[in-house]
Amino acid sequence: MALTREQMAQRIAKEIQNGFYVNLGIGIPTLVANYIPTNITVTLQSENGLLGIGRFPYQGEEDPDLINAGKETITTNIGASFFSSAESFAMIRAGKVDLSILGAMEVSETGDIANWIIPGKVVKGMGGAMDLLTGTKRVIVVMQHKSKDGKSKILKKCTLPLSASNAVHLIVTELAVLEITEKGMHLLERAPGVSIDEIVKATECGLIIGDNVPEMKI
Amino acid sequence: MTKLFNNANEAIFDINDGATLALGGFGLCGIPENLISALRDKGIKNLTCISNNAGVDNFGIGLLLQTRQVNKMVSSYVGENKLFELLVLSGELNLELVPQGTLAERLRAGGAGIPAFYTPTGASTIIANNKEIKWYNGKPCILENAIIPDFSLVKAYKGDAMGNLLYRKTARNFNPVMATAGKITIAEVEEIVPVGSIDPDMVHTPGIYVHRIFQGKNYEKRIEKLTITKRG
Repeated sequence: MALTREQMAQRIAKEIQNGFYVNLGIGIPTLVANYIPTNITVTLQSENGLLGIGRFPYQGEEDPDLINAGKETITTNIGASFFSSAESFAMIRAGKVDLSILGAMEVSETGDIANWIIPGKVVKGMGGAMDLLTGTKRVIVVMQHKSKDGKSKILKKCTLPLSASNAVHLIVTELAVLEITEKGMHLLERAPGVSIDEIVKATECGLIIGDNVPEMKI
Repeated sequence: MTKLFNNANEAIFDINDGATLALGGFGLCGIPENLISALRDKGIKNLTCISNNAGVDNFGIGLLLQTRQVNKMVSSYVGENKLFELLVLSGELNLELVPQGTLAERLRAGGAGIPAFYTPTGASTIIANNKEIKWYNGKPCILENAIIPDFSLVKAYKGDAMGNLLYRKTARNFNPVMATAGKITIAEVEEIVPVGSIDPDMVHTPGIYVHRIFQGKNYEKRIEKLTITKRG
């Protein structure tokens, strides 16, 4: 069975280590916060100028001056700090943020990523994605394996304008966990009940497949 | 010479057609609501607006798009505004997309006497087109220019007659860097407080950067995406 959005978030949460500073993108990445183990200390960075994102506010507690990068109302955790956009991206570019989790339209076997523009169609912009991809120590992409019209989004080479090259370390899709190394793309885990063959067919680029590809533990 | 003005209309007396403006805010959080309304009412045109986002269809900079007062936007993310997308795709509005960190740093540089700088962000993308590239620490970096807008329009929580500003929570965002970058910086604040009542240790923007300041009124502070935790 392909993973749900929540299960993808759950799987990614396992990648977060004690003491990490983590930036979560919009969409599924935001859900990851719900699955961070309570026995570790993790500080979430919001690129609009906050370290220490807390839960969403209770009704009546919301504050228009307190939002995350997805413009959602949030709260702060104890020990939080606010700062300007310039300082926020200074810490991102300088590699102080341990992990960035974000979405993508395409990823290549060498870790190139396209996630900001479809020329002539979608004009949204890159926001902070290029800075995060270039500066963060480790990048995890969460995405659907294939587009709505059935084409693989994991490619030999990206077709859309890039956001960064050689930037992605790990991909989590509804079908698989894939690691990008200098040798190529490794199939690390498969979704429960999903066959290796199914993953290979859904992936345009070649995969390095070990003798044993375990099912993800969700 | 006093920096204190009565309202937004008076504070923008010399902003005219074709001006380049930096407007603070992230989404609708920390935007200069009073100044945006005053720009709309004044009806000046052909503006270049530098702002992380373009507001939503009927609020923030979206108000100036409705009236076609903006000729060019310099932003990092404009996905919340349908009219904006239509105007860009039809060629009616020029758009320069800048990575968010590069936008912040170009403004910081503008307010810090640094004419240009090299950054790795965007080096292997179309953002690097026609830009000088140098390699540092094994990474390609592109030369980005500072931004010095004609006017920076910022919003703070509290301010005093000397122009000292204090921001609140994530409404700080781009406001402090824009305040430093403007040839003329105009600040609107929720409350003008007596000089000396902001602890000097708590001043986020020192008054030297702020040329005009006024107390705004009727703040709507619209929430773009109300997201709540259910009790229990």
